[in-house]
Amino acid sequence: MTGKITLEKKVLSENDRLAAEIRQVLNRNGVAALNLVSSPGSGKTSLLEKTIGALAGELRIGLIAGDVQTDNDAVRLVKAGARMVRPIVTGGACHLDARMVSRVLPELDLENMDLLFVENVGNLVCPSSYDLGEDMKVVVISTTEGDDKPLKYPAMFRRSSVMVINKIDLLGTSDFDMENVKANARSINAGLTIFDVSCRTGEGLESWFAWLRAFVAEKKQGMHGA
Amino acid sequence: MHELSIADSIIKTVLHEIEVKQLPAVKRIVVRIGALSGVVPDALEFGFEALVIDTPLERSRLVIEYLPVRGKCRECGKDFEVENFLFACPHCASGAVDVTQGEELDIAYLDVEDESPPERHAPS
Ligand SMILES: Nc1nc2c(ncn2[C@@H]2O[C@H](COP(=O)(O)OP(=O)(O)OP(=O)(O)O)[C@@H](O)[C@H]2O)c(=O)[nH]1
Ligand SMILES: [Mg+2]
Ligand SMILES: [Zn+2]
Repeated sequence: MTGKITLEKKVLSENDRLAAEIRQVLNRNGVAALNLVSSPGSGKTSLLEKTIGALAGELRIGLIAGDVQTDNDAVRLVKAGARMVRPIVTGGACHLDARMVSRVLPELDLENMDLLFVENVGNLVCPSSYDLGEDMKVVVISTTEGDDKPLKYPAMFRRSSVMVINKIDLLGTSDFDMENVKANARSINAGLTIFDVSCRTGEGLESWFAWLRAFVAEKKQGMHGA
Repeated sequence: MHELSIADSIIKTVLHEIEVKQLPAVKRIVVRIGALSGVVPDALEFGFEALVIDTPLERSRLVIEYLPVRGKCRECGKDFEVENFLFACPHCASGAVDVTQGEELDIAYLDVEDESPPERHAPS
């Protein structure tokens, strides 16, 4: 004989609670927040460098850069001209969680920030489970990966709102097919907003920048409307 | 591999529950894992078994109920199982599909020994 004790508790309830707190703080300050995820090396830091280089004059951008062992990415982003960069060295953890973000959040000047990027650890599996309080997840994929990647990591592509296809300057050097990757991604998430870019040549970045401007403006409007 | 930290959260939650409710020995911990949760059941079991050693849960079994993805079409309102992560309605082909099952990462319930530990016979 056994007795049944009902729990019905989310395993990540503590993470979700902290993420909700973070979201509240960001919303109160009107900060638009994006969580960048990808496989290792798809180009998250490169995309951020280009973005900061182009937009730092008009938007106040903050960054939280997660890395497993080093703060290299954070250093690159400071060089690119970001004013407020906070590294999180996860010490081996394969993802960022809300606790790590909430620890560094007080060090950021949120009152004077329009847009906050969180560069997650390069990994398409684990980060999908952890809400960090962001408005949206942006998944970066590069043309040097397989175009079936969305099918292999459906949870991540389902939970992302934007997909950036990077390294289009290398198209043609492999059998990566742009139409395939988009069809695969859309079969998992029909609502994805997709950008084709090269952080090397700059191609396609303008529309990404335009989208970011609109996204930030919308967030500010939401705040004033509230 | 974040299954180790997921297993750790499960163990901590259950140990907390045992303490608060003064539960007898836990036989089974039943968790619900959705196919979209990003958690691999085998890896979770492995992590659980590694972490319970030398804890009060050493003899407890982790039971994983794995849930396939289900969706509801926003256009025609029908429910269906989402196979192979193809989020398109099999009835009207719309891609506007809300996930109704598959995101779970929950501790559902515990099976505990029915009685509190058998009473000790007072030494005579
Ligand atoms: N050819 C080409 N190379 C690129 C492009 N974007 C980035 N790279 C290169 O790809 C490599 C990885 O880029 P990162 O920006 O460091 O990638 P990441 O996603 O931040 O990597 P992790 O943080 O380690 O996961 C670097 O050597 C970049 O120079 C591109 O558009 N074209
Ligand atoms: Mg990086
Ligand atoms: Zn339908």
